[in-house]
Amino acid sequence: MSALATLTPLQKTMRALRNIPRGIWRFLKLMSRNKTGFLGFLIFIGFVLLTTVGPLLVPEAKSADILAIYAPPCTFKEWRVFARDAWFKGIEVSAIEESGAPICTKHLLGTDSQGKDIFAQIVHGGRDILQMALLTGLISTFVGITLGALSAVIGGRFDAFLTILADIWLTIPRFPLLAVLATLVKLDNMLMLALLLSFLSWAGLYLSIRAQVFSLKERDYVEAAVALDLGLWHIIFSEILPNMMSYIAISFTFGMTSAIYAQVGLVFLGLVPLTRNWGVMINLAWTQGAIFFKDSVYFIMAPVMSIALFQLSIVWMSRSLEEIFNPRLRTG
Amino acid sequence: METVTTLGPTSPPLSVRDLWVEYRAERGLVKAVRGVSFDLASEESLALIGESGCGKTTLGVALIRLLVKTARIRQGEVIYRRDGRAVDVLGLNPRELRRFRWRECAMVFQSALNAFNPVLRIWDQIHDTAQAHGMVSRDEVRRRAMQLLEQVQLDPRRVIDAYSHELSGGMRQRVLLAMSLLLNPQVLILDEPTTALDILTQRTIIDLLRRLKADVGFSMIFISHDLSTAAELADRVATMYAGTIVEIGPVNDIFYRPAHPYTLGLIRAVPTVTGEFEELRSIPGAPPDLIDPPEGCKFHPRCPYATPQCRTEEPVLQPYYGETHAVACFNVARVQQDTGDLGARFSQSLGDSIL
Amino acid sequence: MSEYLIEARNLVRTFGTRKARVTAVDDVSFGIREGEVVCLVGESGCGKTTTGKMITSLLKPTTGQVLYQGRPVWRPDGRKADDFKTYRLGVQIIHQDPYASLNPSHTIYKILSTPLLHHKLVASPAEAMTRVVELLNTVGLGPVEDFLTKYPHQLSGGQRQRVSVARALTVNPRCIVADEAVSMVDVSIRVGLLNILSDLKRTLGVTYLFITHDLAVAKFFAWEGRIAVMYVVSIVEFASTPQLINSALHPYSKALLAAVPEADPELTRHKQRLQLRSQDIPSLLALPSGCRFHPRCPFFEPGLCDVQRPELTLLEDNHYVACHVAARQAGVAGA
Repeated sequence: MSALATLTPLQKTMRALRNIPRGIWRFLKLMSRNKTGFLGFLIFIGFVLLTTVGPLLVPEAKSADILAIYAPPCTFKEWRVFARDAWFKGIEVSAIEESGAPICTKHLLGTDSQGKDIFAQIVHGGRDILQMALLTGLISTFVGITLGALSAVIGGRFDAFLTILADIWLTIPRFPLLAVLATLVKLDNMLMLALLLSFLSWAGLYLSIRAQVFSLKERDYVEAAVALDLGLWHIIFSEILPNMMSYIAISFTFGMTSAIYAQVGLVFLGLVPLTRNWGVMINLAWTQGAIFFKDSVYFIMAPVMSIALFQLSIVWMSRSLEEIFNPRLRTG
Repeated sequence: METVTTLGPTSPPLSVRDLWVEYRAERGLVKAVRGVSFDLASEESLALIGESGCGKTTLGVALIRLLVKTARIRQGEVIYRRDGRAVDVLGLNPRELRRFRWRECAMVFQSALNAFNPVLRIWDQIHDTAQAHGMVSRDEVRRRAMQLLEQVQLDPRRVIDAYSHELSGGMRQRVLLAMSLLLNPQVLILDEPTTALDILTQRTIIDLLRRLKADVGFSMIFISHDLSTAAELADRVATMYAGTIVEIGPVNDIFYRPAHPYTLGLIRAVPTVTGEFEELRSIPGAPPDLIDPPEGCKFHPRCPYATPQCRTEEPVLQPYYGETHAVACFNVARVQQDTGDLGARFSQSLGDSIL
Repeated sequence: MSEYLIEARNLVRTFGTRKARVTAVDDVSFGIREGEVVCLVGESGCGKTTTGKMITSLLKPTTGQVLYQGRPVWRPDGRKADDFKTYRLGVQIIHQDPYASLNPSHTIYKILSTPLLHHKLVASPAEAMTRVVELLNTVGLGPVEDFLTKYPHQLSGGQRQRVSVARALTVNPRCIVADEAVSMVDVSIRVGLLNILSDLKRTLGVTYLFITHDLAVAKFFAWEGRIAVMYVVSIVEFASTPQLINSALHPYSKALLAAVPEADPELTRHKQRLQLRSQDIPSLLALPSGCRFHPRCPFFEPGLCDVQRPELTLLEDNHYVACHVAARQAGVAGA
């Protein structure tokens, strides 16, 4: 019983390490309680793997190929014929190039206006978007929590000032402002862009975190902690924040989604000089008139669908995150 | 309504036979009501008392089949009788059920105090209810509503055009009572009718209920965790524990001659205001888990009288004193030996009142 | 050194903005002696919880002063006094709702060990464990091993309330403010909890401010102490418990005693009633003039009760009443 308290730090670490597999298993079990949420989680992991491991497996589409402009992907029938041929002739997958197989088998999602492989572009163009979303989500959540919690706990003029500022901030149309700022600030690295996006989105998050902390502050157990004189630091980080983790997780995911939209918007308008990403693909498809050709549907739809699906996966995943942070469910 | 059998005029309006209700929960089946049987006599007031989680509210709701989706009535009969005709409530189709719920048997919920629509006037809500149940004449509804509001001692002209937030808790409780009587039901089920109210307001509601019952003449089942409300209002009291009735009998029998250790424990745990200081005794342990209840008598882990028999065998409700008092306990004789002081309390109370 | 461990002097608390002010507590004064139990009895909205929070300084009085061991808690400029920390830890609170008073994300061990470690009341984590076990035993939660690693939601209402008591005891308080601490607990468990609180009074000499709406519970818990009856933001009667229960003098206390339902059918059905003139509880936004009870009081005297506010006056031995009529009957002039 008192064994728990007498462990050495090393023993504690060992114990913690041994608990990792069980922890992961419990995490997955909790995630899978909500079916939609778990599906979102799987798609999310899929995207993460696609954009991190993917580039190592799929070569980048560098050279143009005039013979394969706007080549559509194989139809189901073409795939079947190819698969049968490959089976009988014993073609190695790596030797498709020389085998004289139909062009569509080389391009999973077809090709663009220069004959470059679309799938390869999707694989290589997602990392920026994902990293940026993650970074922006982290920064804006951190700022929102810090300001919101301080504002609610300290109160007084500090609170009044920030609240008025946030209210005014929310009335400003932010995307045009972002577009203007993007032309003024040199956005040559990801951190700058993430900071800019977080800067623009702090107000909404601040207000909602503040409201949450306000309601939690009135809880009896927080009052008891005040009476026990446990200190401001303990009250914020130990009594209040752990009980709004699901809320924070959801704020974080929504911070990510809005960051993606903002970023893609900027890239689409050509205001951010980032190469190789889904936003650039949409921009290219647009400027090269892809919306006028039936054949180019894959060129423009592939990045659009990727973005939409990724956003959807985040939103769905947030449902499962809600359950993970609920202590009632955590202990079962 | 489908007629099942024809009965004499003296038969009770409501008979419950071997009723079982279960909830689906994550951990398993919650056996909330386990084989409850009782009769509600005409113009009688029956109190269901017990602690939170004993199944008393589930039982009340099951009688009008207003259970939540995860609940299921596993078996049993709820026979309702009026004018010599009888019907099994559990066999009614949705249309008949809706009719039954207000015209024959109305329920007033504790939570309904806050369930008034804040943007509608009291009159609109009464009118909506009446219309939904086929009272179409506006004038007639209005007349009836005014009369009922007067009967619950409210100023009808003031209340009928008010919004709910303009009324105090006690006034809202009275409006609810008036609304439940709108279609002249024969049975009224009240869930914790006085719990959220202040003492002085409780007093008015209790006095009002007593007078209404005498004037209007309905049967009443009220659900309460509060022994004193039962002592005030009940003709008969049923003690519930772990989803079943463990003792039922006339109110004075239950309070002055309890035969079940749990009833005795409850009475011993509640102080009275009047009189000198009395020692109180608590019941050890905690109410049982209804998903995985103990073997045998569900009360045995907390019972000072428990014998090996109690651990393996569950006692059934059996007549104990006369025909009206029944108890589910193997050790009635030993319990009875310990209730002498309560009897003394009885004669003392009577003595005081005569003086 | 003062006669009282803790004392409220002319406490006033208002809420709201300058335009819409609501008075929640008006001019409340009382003292609690070391080891004594004082019950604050009243109906919802009478200001008893607000008073309790001012006694624990979770709320700052608008005007008035709280004294702990004879020393004021608030400085004249409104800041906390220098020895505020002694007072803060010396007066602890137990809340009403067992489902809201414990942090759902902490284990019982963490809830109880945090104050011990934070205030260095124990020398080591091992000692903290010993102390936590001791505290759980004190509040009758055993076997201890079953509780240490549990989360609050795995406990019943009564068990949680016991953990709340143990948590208050971690800092060795001299006084505990129990705000409706047993009213949400089931009847069969209630007495056990009250007995634990009584035991603490005997063994540790804890002083109580016990806030409740339930006269029967007040009578049981504070039989050797005193009861203060509050009606609409002020104390109307303050006397030793037997005096108040058996010979209340204020019409409101009398009405309460007559109205309260008893768990004894013959007794409760044959009680003498006191008919009030009105059932309406006054709104805090528009408090009645003079005596706040006058619109409902059966002994109302026009021209006196609705004009002049009665002061809390000593009418008998240790028996304070704020009522013109009762004062006249007792032969005390100038009330």
